[in-house]
Amino acid sequence: MSAETHGHGPNHGQGHDHAHHDAHDHHGGAAHGSRREYWIGFILSVLLTAPAFALVMTGIIPDPRVTAGIVIALALVQIVVHMIYFLHMNTKSENGWTMLALIFTAIIVLIVIAGSLWVMYHMNLNMMPGMQMEQSSGGM
Amino acid sequence: MSDDLIKTIFGRLTLESFPIHEPILVGTFIMVAIGGAAVLGALTYFKLWGYLWKEWFTSVDHKKIGIMYIVLALIMFLRGFADALMMRAQQAMAFGGSEGFLPAHHYDQVFTAHGVIMIFFVAMPFVTGLMNYVVPLQIGARDVSFPFLNNFSFWMTVSGAVTVMMSLFVGEFARTGWLAMAPLSGLDYSPDVGVDYYIWALQIAGVGTLLSGVNLLATIIKMRAPGMSLMQMPIFTWSALVTNVLIVAAFPVLTAVLAMLSLDRYIGTNFFTNTGGGNPMMYVNMIWIWGHPEVYILILPAFGVFSEVVSTFSGKRLFGYTSMVYALIVICILSYLVWLHHFFTMGSGASVNSFFGITTMIISIPTGAKIFNWLFTMYRGRIRFELPMMWAVAFMLTFVVGGMTGVMLAVPPADFQFHNSLFLIAHFHNVIIGGVLFGMFAGVNYWWPKAFGFKLDRFWGTISFWCWVVGFWVAFTPLYVLGLMGVTRRLRAFEDPSLQIWFVIAAIGALIIAAGIGAMLMQFYVSIRDREKLRDVTGDPWNGRTLEWATSSPPPAYNFAFTPVVHDLDAWHDMKSKKAERPTTGFRAIHMPKNTGAGIILAGLSTVFGVAMIWYIWWLAALSFVALIATAIGHTFNYDRDFHIPAEDVVNSEDARTRALQSAGV
Repeated sequence: MSAETHGHGPNHGQGHDHAHHDAHDHHGGAAHGSRREYWIGFILSVLLTAPAFALVMTGIIPDPRVTAGIVIALALVQIVVHMIYFLHMNTKSENGWTMLALIFTAIIVLIVIAGSLWVMYHMNLNMMPGMQMEQSSGGM
Repeated sequence: MSDDLIKTIFGRLTLESFPIHEPILVGTFIMVAIGGAAVLGALTYFKLWGYLWKEWFTSVDHKKIGIMYIVLALIMFLRGFADALMMRAQQAMAFGGSEGFLPAHHYDQVFTAHGVIMIFFVAMPFVTGLMNYVVPLQIGARDVSFPFLNNFSFWMTVSGAVTVMMSLFVGEFARTGWLAMAPLSGLDYSPDVGVDYYIWALQIAGVGTLLSGVNLLATIIKMRAPGMSLMQMPIFTWSALVTNVLIVAAFPVLTAVLAMLSLDRYIGTNFFTNTGGGNPMMYVNMIWIWGHPEVYILILPAFGVFSEVVSTFSGKRLFGYTSMVYALIVICILSYLVWLHHFFTMGSGASVNSFFGITTMIISIPTGAKIFNWLFTMYRGRIRFELPMMWAVAFMLTFVVGGMTGVMLAVPPADFQFHNSLFLIAHFHNVIIGGVLFGMFAGVNYWWPKAFGFKLDRFWGTISFWCWVVGFWVAFTPLYVLGLMGVTRRLRAFEDPSLQIWFVIAAIGALIIAAGIGAMLMQFYVSIRDREKLRDVTGDPWNGRTLEWATSSPPPAYNFAFTPVVHDLDAWHDMKSKKAERPTTGFRAIHMPKNTGAGIILAGLSTVFGVAMIWYIWWLAALSFVALIATAIGHTFNYDRDFHIPAEDVVNSEDARTRALQSAGV
């Protein structure tokens, strides 16, 4: 596929073939970013990072669970920003393989996180009857 | 003062760390030292160092790296099997007040090392080596996507193996079982270096495994010959694709779990401790999220080998190719939905256990479909019972039994009886030996002529085959029986004398397997000695169907002088049936990657770093880490990475092949 269209040798990706490098975008190869995209990505990242730090450091919201929720939400948006502006992922790059890999990753991560929470919740419920007591008496 | 100085220099490494008071280890050490000295002496005497360094250690050729992986697997297999023999002997002896010959401290290390070595340093390198050798040839590529990375991955795996072997003579290995379950593996219960050896060996080798997964994945997706669509890929390549997807998705979980365990042990965090808010059950949960896909990482390539072998030796196209591919993909996803069946007894309750019990039973459906596909491929085929085919048939018979005991274990209420018993041990040896190992042996017998240009000796191969198959059943049927009687795993001594006979039978089985291993080594020796008699000049000794048989045996460094064009599944069979002519003129220079020593140097530095961390030698850890990063960065400035094989060299080697083919009358 790609090796054929670009005439890259077996060291595709190792020896940098600069002459061919810029001709990548259009035949289903990897997409490349512009300087403008990097700036947008950078600014968005800062805008998403700073409030998270500020919330934790100032402790403005009294309920730590709300703070944690907001921080996690900001982090999730941050992931998307990185994928679009720094990794240049879109639905078409690499003939859609990038998108397929993303979907697969999302499914696995969802299984792992949701599954672990489900499993561990029941474990705690069934196997750690002392936990509630310990916490109410002030931990250790 | 001087005590402090020594501590700063050597960390917790002291003279007592060397097990000079254990006669078994001293004896082993003397044997290893003599053997090692003999090998090193012979290499020096025959002036082979330069050859090994230039042609093998620094090679970025996927074929040579594949062979080195398999050599590593075979060497480590001998170590792991020695551990198995010791366990069998211990358990057969330790009855009626006898303590056997292994003290508890040593026995616990032996069963841990056996598991770790067999999975991480035998099965994994074997599978990776086979994929490395075969996949680029099957898809008509000249090498993998990232040839240097391939070399680096291999040496990182070696580095992990070296670290495990070191624990035999310096300090000790973990005494925790092969998954080092918390809290036993925490600092409170395992304050010694054993678990640290475990952690660093697996972390270093894990880098290699993950990167080789990325590499092969990129290779299969990007470097297939023109015309080869996904549904025209050979089925072994399909199994390799799915395997590497599993590797890339699963191994980071292992890395993360071990990283958290190291943080617990090194800087006092509380991820998996009993106190301080930690939860050891989380360790079990996470390590099996990696652990279950891992068993499919091992078995899927074996399935791929059997598919190729059954199809070739039945002289038929594989029955149900499409269903085979979808079975692989379904297994790929389902293997992430079953991990809890490894700890039904930990107490998740009925609803969680039912879910995972049912998913586990579902996963046996695509696996069963594959068995039927192989049977239907054989049906009305012109079957040739060559060695690879014999292994394939033995696999089908053995693996089905292992699969059925697996379904028994998948029933949660029944699992409360089977859990942690020898029934479980018998089950997973049934599928790992009967599945993975038989698959690898089939693969070695099948592709050996491709790799070296001559077939393996049939007489010794047959002896090895029968010893293995019979030995397996004699060794593990007693464990099924004992497990059903309630004997748990990892016991060192027994009270009930009526059990002894079963352990004695199992030990006899292990000895029969030992004979099988001996016969296999003999098979290699005899075949190399008689290589002229066993020579195959056609490059296609089995009347194969896939592209690797289209080139010479052994293939030239560039694999294919011209990139093949694919029109159909079983591309080589298609070419042969259309009487396609092999091109004999018009050869051009071929662009190839250059060998580099960077991989072995980086892996060597990683070993030093790992050992320094294990022994708390902080200055050495810092130094080797800086050196590691500096070397890696330095290597990126090495622009002298490729060269061209001149056209006349290509012409020469292709003309030699033309003459060989003519003399063979093909």
